[in-house]
Amino acid sequence: MNKVNIIIILLICSQFLNTGEVNAGEVNVYSARKEALIKPILDKFTEDTGIEVNLITGKADTFIKRIEVEGKNSPADLLLTVDAARLVRAKDKGLFQATNSKILNKAIPVHLRDIDNQWYGLSLRSRVIVYNPNKVRANELINYIDLASKKWKSRICVRSSSNIYNQSLVASIISHHGIEQAEIWASGLVGNFARAPKGGDRDQIKAVAVGVCDVAIVNNYYLAGMLDSSQEKEITAAKKVKLFWPDQRGNGAHVNISGAGVLTHAKNKDEAILLLEYLVSDKAQRWYSDINYEYPVITNVYDHSVLKEWGIFKMDNLALSLLGKYNTDAVKLMDRIGWK
Amino acid sequence: MILSNFSYYFQKKLNLKYSSLKKSGPSLVLVLISLFFCIPVFIISGSLFLPFEGVWVHLVDTVLTDYMLNSFLLLIGVGFFSLLLSVIPAWLVTMYKFPASNWLQWAILLPMAMPAYIIAYSYTGALDAAGPVQATIRDLTGLGYSEYWFPEIRSLGGAITMLSLVLYPYIYLLARATFAEQSVCVLEVSRTLGCNTMSAFRRVALPLARPAIIVGLSLVLMETLADYGTVQYFGVSAFTTGIFKTWFGMDSSLAAAQLSALLLLFVFVFLFLERRSRKLLAFHHTSNRYSPLLKQELRGIRAFFAFFVCFTPLLFGFIIPIGFLVGHAIEIYSGTIDYSFIRLLSNSILLALITSFLALFVALFLGYINRNNFSFINKFLIRFISLGYAVPGTVIAIGVLIPFAWFDNRLDNFLLANFNVSSGLLISGTLFILIFAYLVRFITIPINTVEAALEKIKPGIDEVAKTNGMSHFNIMRKIHMPIMKGSLLTCSLLVFVDVLKELPATLILRPFNFNTLAVRTFELANEERLADAAVPALAIVVAGIIPVIMISNSISRSRPGYE
Amino acid sequence: MNNSIEIKELSLSIEGRSILENISFGLGEIEIACLLGPSGCGKTSLLRCIAGFEKLNHGEVSIKGVIMNNPNHYIPVEQRNIGMVFQDYVLFPHMDVRKNITFGIADLKPFRIKERLDELIELFGLEAHADKYPHQLSGGQQQRVALARAMAPRPRVLLLDEPFASLDIELRESLARELRSILKQDSVATIMVTHNQLEAFAMADIIGVMANGKLMQWDTPFDLYHEPKTLDVANFIGEGTFVKGEIINQTDVKTDIGNIKGHIPHNYDSGEKVQVLIRPDDILHDDDSKLTALVKEKEFRGPQFLYTLEMKNGLFLQSLVPSHHDHAINEPIGIKMAIDHLVVFPDIGE
Repeated sequence: MNKVNIIIILLICSQFLNTGEVNAGEVNVYSARKEALIKPILDKFTEDTGIEVNLITGKADTFIKRIEVEGKNSPADLLLTVDAARLVRAKDKGLFQATNSKILNKAIPVHLRDIDNQWYGLSLRSRVIVYNPNKVRANELINYIDLASKKWKSRICVRSSSNIYNQSLVASIISHHGIEQAEIWASGLVGNFARAPKGGDRDQIKAVAVGVCDVAIVNNYYLAGMLDSSQEKEITAAKKVKLFWPDQRGNGAHVNISGAGVLTHAKNKDEAILLLEYLVSDKAQRWYSDINYEYPVITNVYDHSVLKEWGIFKMDNLALSLLGKYNTDAVKLMDRIGWK
Repeated sequence: MILSNFSYYFQKKLNLKYSSLKKSGPSLVLVLISLFFCIPVFIISGSLFLPFEGVWVHLVDTVLTDYMLNSFLLLIGVGFFSLLLSVIPAWLVTMYKFPASNWLQWAILLPMAMPAYIIAYSYTGALDAAGPVQATIRDLTGLGYSEYWFPEIRSLGGAITMLSLVLYPYIYLLARATFAEQSVCVLEVSRTLGCNTMSAFRRVALPLARPAIIVGLSLVLMETLADYGTVQYFGVSAFTTGIFKTWFGMDSSLAAAQLSALLLLFVFVFLFLERRSRKLLAFHHTSNRYSPLLKQELRGIRAFFAFFVCFTPLLFGFIIPIGFLVGHAIEIYSGTIDYSFIRLLSNSILLALITSFLALFVALFLGYINRNNFSFINKFLIRFISLGYAVPGTVIAIGVLIPFAWFDNRLDNFLLANFNVSSGLLISGTLFILIFAYLVRFITIPINTVEAALEKIKPGIDEVAKTNGMSHFNIMRKIHMPIMKGSLLTCSLLVFVDVLKELPATLILRPFNFNTLAVRTFELANEERLADAAVPALAIVVAGIIPVIMISNSISRSRPGYE
Repeated sequence: MNNSIEIKELSLSIEGRSILENISFGLGEIEIACLLGPSGCGKTSLLRCIAGFEKLNHGEVSIKGVIMNNPNHYIPVEQRNIGMVFQDYVLFPHMDVRKNITFGIADLKPFRIKERLDELIELFGLEAHADKYPHQLSGGQQQRVALARAMAPRPRVLLLDEPFASLDIELRESLARELRSILKQDSVATIMVTHNQLEAFAMADIIGVMANGKLMQWDTPFDLYHEPKTLDVANFIGEGTFVKGEIINQTDVKTDIGNIKGHIPHNYDSGEKVQVLIRPDDILHDDDSKLTALVKEKEFRGPQFLYTLEMKNGLFLQSLVPSHHDHAINEPIGIKMAIDHLVVFPDIGE
């Protein structure tokens, strides 16, 4: 290693170190939505408004930690997550600031946004039940609570308790029924598992399709994604199962959101708000259903065939902030009753 | 601005190096650099001194035993299978000629280029209940799902298999190098004393190679401990699952850090014991004579058996999973290789190149200071740096982020107060911090290699060179470098491949609008779009294969008597 | 009685290069043989052929009447029951002295192993070192351990490859004598390779001189020294100079330093031109002799001086002289010849 080599290395590094100064007409986004599921609409935003969007994708929790650590100099303006609990957590840590956007407040229903206007739901997904029609009749299914009853012994597939969607589902049960009832329910549910939790939601759907289990709890867009897949075997598997909207006579199907909030130390607050408003426009809301089979937070702007076929459902109007409030309790509860 | 700051930092290091290589200076420099690299590990371990929250009661009452037990079983299983898959093939290709043995001796290394999460995705896609293999069984036999037995891929056993299949090359690499370096005379002596090749292997070659094999094994075990992707995907509640569930699920980053610190403590004790056992086994070879290794030719059933033993790990660790990936990639071929894909590829390769260069540079630097100024503090600090290898990338990333962001913010405050300029986040949020995280994570590989290589160079050589009027620098450049070239190349290529595969730290620390192949693969696979993930996954493997082949060649050439 | 080792017309070539050519000899029951020759003459290769590390192109190796190796038949090294000591001993670095010695007899019953171990430790005087590791031993100690290890399984033959090469010169002679008595005591047939004739003379019952892959002569040390069969052997063994001469009859040769009497081993015709080997011990110093020569070089060897002398006619001779006769360079001294064994070769000219 001589000095020349070091200089060469430094030169290469200098290219890397150029993070670019923060320019006007720019917004920096930390996104827990995967690149493929957010970049296209951000590009459209840039096209329509001329505002550049800089993006890092990753996991919500690590972003929360990063923003905390970066403090007042954090370059991020907007944090985008794919569940409500993380938004609540970010708010509790004081990472978001309030935005007074009439457009946002008008477009988004109250239960899908923060009471202090710190975060907003942008798209909606529901945790539904899928079942094998050869083994289960639709009228046997009622709601989540019923899945803990004995008749489902060894018939249920669901992914692990590390998964936020399960944590949120349990949190919603805690919100509705209290922690003790929730624990009794969850231990009944775990007792009905056909196998130890493993894999993702698509794996649970496939497991139902091949007969590992008779019902599974999954997010609706995974099933839609399989039905709309370019791969034959995905479609075949998806066609073997049917979707059931749980609890339609009670509280309604459990929903979660992907959402975002403007960060306390945002340098481009105006641009960030503009982006948020853009994301609840009809055009963007339609795009969510087209690209990822999610429901819009504003009513009736989707026209994707799969979603249309599933029809209108009754959703649980529980305040989503409760999902965040009970998240830790939910995890501890699942640990206690042995939900792997 | 950033550049000048950075180069100033290095300049300072260099000046110190050249001006004060004699007295206590170097030790001080070593201590400072080591401390610098230890910061993340210190930050994580520091959490142990903070109060233990209520979460701990919950953990101890419910899941902690389970996590520990699973991690323990995982370690035992991966340790056992990776030894099985590596040591015997290494011996066979070193000692025998059999069909394809020349080709196998480097091909066995190929699974190294395969990230564990990718092999896990690819096998799961195929062997899962819904996958083509089980579907074919059902179609052929007409049986339903529960009416036949099939091993569950997503299980502890599956995780052990997947990790063993991609980690065994670390042991193979070191074992083969050691077998090739062993004096043939030792084996010949044992034959005159009645040992056939099998018992010569068992009684002489294997015990002699044991220190090297243990080094390889400890790398494998540390990688296993740090793995999160595979165990999580397979639903195995290992210790890392616990760390992340505590952090993400229960929002207790302190308890998560404390769990990581416990992991570190365990690894520290393990490394300490390993070091000690190695010291006890410090073999001073009594023979300096090497005769070229004449490979024995195997025929018939023996040749077939040898081929089978060497081909099996390659088949399951590389050919089959690559086959699945290629299958997927062809299915969705259209339009995935575009300009942005080339960007991903070049980002990944550039990061890996820079990191492996820097890692080697730092390791050489520390190695030389340590060689010239032995002290226990140095030894201890160098051991401490090595701990990074066993820590999950996410934890390292946070451990790196905290001090740099703190520094950046302090600097910004200072500049604002005194000069009314804002520096913002100078280092955090740049690639520098990401590369630093890589270094913390992987630097143990070159450090150990350099240390071992320098130990092999007898001080007499330096003295002879000095009497011939060579400067320190020239001794290093003209004498040591050529001697160590093989092992230095090998360790930088190892770092290269590791960085190429690295995911968690990259995910957290990369700057805006910057992606790598590993990130792209993960995002697609995480969305359960395995088919789309196949193309970037293949690109990682292909980019990793080239250095793997280079590694193999450098070993062959390193054997004494090689012509 | 069978010869312990019998080599017949052995030839070896490696990668087309001829290493050994047409070698034959036999070694008796408890004889100690030395293969002597300059580096690269093939003596180590021959040893390796006997051990079984090389496969022959032609010829045959048998040990105790059993064919070990010919082009159609090969018994692997490990089944030959031979003991071998390598040039730098190659002790197993990961085992202590006991483990090293008992390596080849690990299959025996424990008490047998201990019995043999104790015997060898005593025989080689290793009591104080039994628990040490090889790197803690001196060269001489390592050599003894290597020998003990090779002898532990009571091999049919013992092969030693330059066993003294890495030892101090003082150590060599005492060890060589010691080793000879141990080998005789344990009655094991031994072949030792060396390039040092003094070692060979100290150890061997019989010596094979090798050059260029050929066995030049297989003889007792005495005969080899005094009756070398070829010029090469004569050159290699001992010291001396050649003088030109002409055969007069069966007992006399006329040379430039006068007529020499002695037994001429081969048949030469009268008048034939020959070269006569004059050993330093053939030339005695005699102050009374009329024949004088100038001292040109001298080499002190303790009890003796080796003088290189120049005759009046320009011929050089060497002479061993008791060391109390200390003469200066260029000083003339009286000499006389005392030649018992006349060594004569045909003079083929320059």
